[in-house]
Amino acid sequence: MFKWLEKNLPKIVMAPAVGLIGWFVYGFVLWTLYISFTNSKILPKYELWGVGQYVKLWGSRKWLIAVDNLLIFTALFLIFCIVIGIILAIFLDQKIRAEGLLRTIYLYPMALSFIVTGTAWKWILNPTLGIQKMFRDWGFENFTFDWLVDREMAIYTIVIAGVWQSAGFVMALFLAGLRSVEDEIVKAAKIDGASLFTVYWKILLPMMRPVFFTSFVILVHISIKSYDLIVALTQGGPGISTTMPALYMTQTAFHKSQVGLSAASAMMMFMAVAAVIIPYLYSELRRENAR
Amino acid sequence: MQDSLKSSSYQQLEQKSKYTNMFLRWFLYFILILFASYFIFPLYVMVVTSLKTMEEIRQGTLLSWPSGLNLDSWAVAWGGRGYGAGDTFLRPYFWNSIKMVVPAVFFSTFIGAMTGYVLTKWRFKGDQWVFLFLLFGCFIPFQAILLPMARTLGVLGISNSVVGLVLVHTVYGIPFTTLFFRNYYVSVPTELVKAARIDGAGFFKIFFKILLPISAPIIVVTVIWQFTQIWNDFLFGSTFSFGEAAPIQVALNNMVLSSTSVKEYNVDMASAIIAGIPTLIVYVLAGKYFIRGLTSGAVKG
Repeated sequence: MFKWLEKNLPKIVMAPAVGLIGWFVYGFVLWTLYISFTNSKILPKYELWGVGQYVKLWGSRKWLIAVDNLLIFTALFLIFCIVIGIILAIFLDQKIRAEGLLRTIYLYPMALSFIVTGTAWKWILNPTLGIQKMFRDWGFENFTFDWLVDREMAIYTIVIAGVWQSAGFVMALFLAGLRSVEDEIVKAAKIDGASLFTVYWKILLPMMRPVFFTSFVILVHISIKSYDLIVALTQGGPGISTTMPALYMTQTAFHKSQVGLSAASAMMMFMAVAAVIIPYLYSELRRENAR
Repeated sequence: MQDSLKSSSYQQLEQKSKYTNMFLRWFLYFILILFASYFIFPLYVMVVTSLKTMEEIRQGTLLSWPSGLNLDSWAVAWGGRGYGAGDTFLRPYFWNSIKMVVPAVFFSTFIGAMTGYVLTKWRFKGDQWVFLFLLFGCFIPFQAILLPMARTLGVLGISNSVVGLVLVHTVYGIPFTTLFFRNYYVSVPTELVKAARIDGAGFFKIFFKILLPISAPIIVVTVIWQFTQIWNDFLFGSTFSFGEAAPIQVALNNMVLSSTSVKEYNVDMASAIIAGIPTLIVYVLAGKYFIRGLTSGAVKG
């Protein structure tokens, strides 16, 4: 008995983690999947109902707006974060004075919660007392910046705040990538007469392909899950114009009590994340095994 | 010979480009400082706004300097105005967050250290799959587990409580803590462990005598990561806990959204700073470890 215990101790120690994750991650996802095929309202029902919730979901105007917003947000969020991140990383890589201080400034938003960020940006962007008033007081009397309360433009305020929060992180990833490249490669290229621009554009950036890939996956992941920022900044408004899938899911579940429908939307989000993550995990594992 | 020639011609090249690129250099600093001001701008606005009176806010602009060190809105944000109903302030929720963060960070870190240790030093058949099984937990969108979690907490009788949030954060922290410790212990030579086993040291003795003493850096990384994630969490907090057991981020959001008569932006900003300051302090003091955690665990949203 004691012998058996000793022999299996490692597995016994592993058991809680595996059990908890098995139950709380895999079990729960399966439960949500099952519920998405039922006609559950306030309380879960367990008779299967088919794909009705998915049909309802994709026929819902609010969900379509949410998906539309997600696509707009993801595209802009990706482009701005990556472009700003790369520019900052390359510039910081030029033996800059006070690099440490600048890096600290670029990255500190990552330490703040989206609720804090959203609260701050909501105040800055509000038309009555924020940026709009600042410019008007400075003499630009026709200056208008009321995106926060404009149905068409409100989604872009979320982009502004989101990029502010995450661009520094992309900078950190690329800076680490650039620093891991051998100095000799750059020196050799320079001796061959390549300009600094060519060195980065033709040699270093192509070497950063894995960093691009990682940033892409992480940023898409952040954007699919984005919830807090919208709650703090616009609560999905004006109207429902800045709803995103994560917000749709919680509202449908906890305010509208449409458990089945919200489970279906959660599964759509799950599939979107899986579509990005599984190829990523696969390639990461291959890289690790190749080493 | 060849080498020294090359390096001297390289130095010449550097010298030359130093002069021709003077302009470029200034441009570089200009852009870097421009971005730095974009990043610092909201923080600056938050701090000065929190120090102004509402009168000053209406008269000045976002950037204008406060007339003095007026900490009234900080006092209101932290301790309220002293009247009964509808007087929301952050102090009790700040303590809720502390009571939630400390045990959740401790348990998830401890479990992660143990699983990381087994996965690298007590390998068994199929352990790669077990790791993958745990790792996938880093990636799931939490929306896919919210509904069953809410029901489970209800069944266990710990919904709307700090204990419930400790459980939730511990469980969903395990994939990350496991990832951190596993990747750290992989680089510790297994020979060390093998030698200790031959000398008769057991499972726990090896962990406490050999691995734990060299684990300080990864413990710091993990604790900072978990602390930041849990402190900043809003989704779990707002879904599973409301009213008196709410963590600080939920309370902040409620405070800012509550539309009682006049909007007091100075109090809002003071509240936001209070909610953000613990993680900000950790970031400033231990930035190196914060970034290390970020770059290896940032798959979480």
